[in-house]
Amino acid sequence: MSKRPDDFEVRRQHLKNLTDEELERRFWQLAEEIVKPLVELAYNHTSPAVERSVLLRMGFSSIEAKAIVEGVMKLGLLGKGAGNVVYRLAKKKNLPIREAGLLLVEGKAWEEVPGLFEGGAANA
Amino acid sequence: MLEKNKKLDIEEILKDLEHYRPKRRGWHWREEQGKQIYGEFEYHQASKPLKQSIPLPAARSFGNIDPQPDCIVTTEIASGRFEDDIRRMRMAAWHGADHIMVIRTAGQSHYDGLIEGTPEGIGGVPISRKQVRATRKALDLIEEEVGRPINFHSYVSGVAGPDIAVMFAEEGVNGAHQDPQYNVLYRNINMIRSFVDAAVAKKIMAWADMVQIDGAHNANATAMKAWKVMPELMVQHAINCAFSKAVGMKPENIALSTVPPTAPPAPCLRLDLPYAVALRQLFKDYKMRAQMNTKYMESDTREATVTHVLNLLISRLTRADIQSTITPDEGRNVPWHYYNIQAISTAKQALVGMDGLLEMVELKKDGYLAEKVRELKERAVLFMEEILEVGGYFKAVEMGFFVDSGMYPERNGDGIVRHIDGGIGAGTVVERDKDYMAPVCEHFGYNNLPEGLEKPCDLIDGCTFHKPEKIVFIDELDENDNVYNRLKETEHLRKSTEIKPEVEWTGDGIVATTIFLPCDEDTAEAAALEIGKKMGLEDVVVIHKLPAHPSEGTVVEIKGRVPFTIDVSKLTIPKKPEVLDDDVIRKDIERKGMKVVAATVGEDEHSVGLREVIDIKHGGIEKYGIEVHYLGTSVPVEKLVDAAIELNADAILASTIITHNDVHIKNMKKLHELCIEKGIRDRIILAAGGTQINDDIAKEAGMDAGFGRGTKGVHVASFLVKRRWEMEKDRNEN
Repeated sequence: MSKRPDDFEVRRQHLKNLTDEELERRFWQLAEEIVKPLVELAYNHTSPAVERSVLLRMGFSSIEAKAIVEGVMKLGLLGKGAGNVVYRLAKKKNLPIREAGLLLVEGKAWEEVPGLFEGGAANA
Repeated sequence: MLEKNKKLDIEEILKDLEHYRPKRRGWHWREEQGKQIYGEFEYHQASKPLKQSIPLPAARSFGNIDPQPDCIVTTEIASGRFEDDIRRMRMAAWHGADHIMVIRTAGQSHYDGLIEGTPEGIGGVPISRKQVRATRKALDLIEEEVGRPINFHSYVSGVAGPDIAVMFAEEGVNGAHQDPQYNVLYRNINMIRSFVDAAVAKKIMAWADMVQIDGAHNANATAMKAWKVMPELMVQHAINCAFSKAVGMKPENIALSTVPPTAPPAPCLRLDLPYAVALRQLFKDYKMRAQMNTKYMESDTREATVTHVLNLLISRLTRADIQSTITPDEGRNVPWHYYNIQAISTAKQALVGMDGLLEMVELKKDGYLAEKVRELKERAVLFMEEILEVGGYFKAVEMGFFVDSGMYPERNGDGIVRHIDGGIGAGTVVERDKDYMAPVCEHFGYNNLPEGLEKPCDLIDGCTFHKPEKIVFIDELDENDNVYNRLKETEHLRKSTEIKPEVEWTGDGIVATTIFLPCDEDTAEAAALEIGKKMGLEDVVVIHKLPAHPSEGTVVEIKGRVPFTIDVSKLTIPKKPEVLDDDVIRKDIERKGMKVVAATVGEDEHSVGLREVIDIKHGGIEKYGIEVHYLGTSVPVEKLVDAAIELNADAILASTIITHNDVHIKNMKKLHELCIEKGIRDRIILAAGGTQINDDIAKEAGMDAGFGRGTKGVHVASFLVKRRWEMEKDRNEN
């Protein structure tokens, strides 16, 4: 921002007659308004770290999770969810979740992955 | 269970670590907050006592009480080697810390994933599952030893926030810093990535019942004039609070990291107090993590301590739920063991000393304070209005709204600028498709789960939050850089009778020395380095200097390494006198009675030590029925001997504290000789005590015994009874 002198007295005119309670309410209303789009952004998006955290919770190690997420990203399927990829592969191959994930970690079965989703990658 | 006379066994901690599960999950506040009785005193802002602890030094004069303040006390520990940090944590807990914050190694926030194993860190430790699990395991033992749960804390930030949040939740970490603004402003991590990751991380932290601390205090440390960013700080706190609450955190688990922004010679209370009040009024529902000021700290530990006490005054005048501490040596080196303890003690001492302050004084509700509070709030509101006017948070960051050194709405044009498509992790965020799905619990955001599930992880037969046995533990990845190799290097110091001084790591050999030199600063610095070398120190460095006068003198502190070890098995350690059972002492006094004359001798007004040895209240010798005639302080030796003769006393107890020109030695000799002269030496027991006295010194000066620091009534009573038995035996034999 370019330099600006302290014009507090000018700017505060609409605030100066508010009671302390009104001012505090306004403070929190503004804060909520600022974060609303940020919360929506987070609600509808994902990231490699988010997907790794899903795989960790599914019982994969950090190294395994990283390998799977990188593979999913290469296929442009992160928007499906990396956990979802493993889940669907396990279903399709009738394998336990961990075994299905380890196939991917070993570089196997990746060719089957795009076919797990109708219409393939939306965010390729 | 730990035994207090045994060192923590690091090998034992590392054993079977892959199967270790933490005892509990979630944050723990101190118990029984409010009124507490400790010794003779009632406290109004205290909490449940510890089972074992080390009280403040002056507790000696107050029945050794160790009152615990109501708020959590934090210490920050991070030497780069967790195996050494664990020992420091134990020492810190004994002094009253119940929130252990572990600083991460430099660069971890840019590491895209979890670090595994136990590599050595720089300025902190690499936070890995193994490091966290070993530390939590040690803390689980330490908390039992001191009798109070200990909160373990580190950072959920950087480009691996969600990964770390999961690992912390699984491993029983109780608190963490989490604030996407910190990533954006100070770590140059892409802003979209930071907020997307933060929401997921926060939701996981909420499940783990962790307390979150935000990152706003960094603006204090970064801004050129820290006091100018006060309106912005409130905005940063508000953004993180509102965002955290919206993604599922309870306000009572959200703490503001707040630092009084200035330090003397600035009139700090006039600047810091209105800010502290405004913050606590606006954020009533949230917790206050009061941090001490680091921004203006230099190498003077005394100066830092005074600033920190003023910070503590603000805590007591307003509110602190978590009182963080900064080690007073932080301005000159990576904190050392004993400065952690100093900082904790500073907090404990000041908080306990100011107990109930607001029952006696009140902050004014009008005038300067109220006007400033109002002004700060209005400035913060105006700041947020402009954020929305320019198009929201991201736009504001792109325009350099934050960490500008002008007091908002003044702008200096020196704010931190970040771009929406810039920074680490830029372009890595994707939109969740309609069929996005994550079959795990506590996952924030859109999740197209099949209907009819009780919990998401039923799809996969349980996630690690419900089936912790699914957690995969990685031991070591680097065959060279790991804890086992480091332990091998120090084995000779941990498993033999050899010891070496240390301040950070086992066997680092560092010692510090304070030197006063009668010359100017530059000369003193050069001379001090030479002195260090001549003292046999290696790698000598000046860590602090302070002119006493431009030419008359300079105080210099140096540190250096000692190149040798000491074999403790070859030391002659003065034996502590064996004490008799209380009952045995009492029985003997009942048998024959005992009269004692006591005084501080010479021109010496010190009375505390002697009174403590005598007084029944302090467990002194009176409690055994010994009749004590206390003559007071500055009593001439002659008077003491005359009184003993007149009363037909069994013993004389002489206290002698002052040591100028060996006056303590002279007094003891004089007492001995006078008793000989008066013909009573063979039937009277003579004992002397004082801070510079020990048994050997006293005996050499003609006494039957000497007592130094830490002497209790039972030591003196045991000696008196035993000595009388000896004298009776001698008499019977003759």
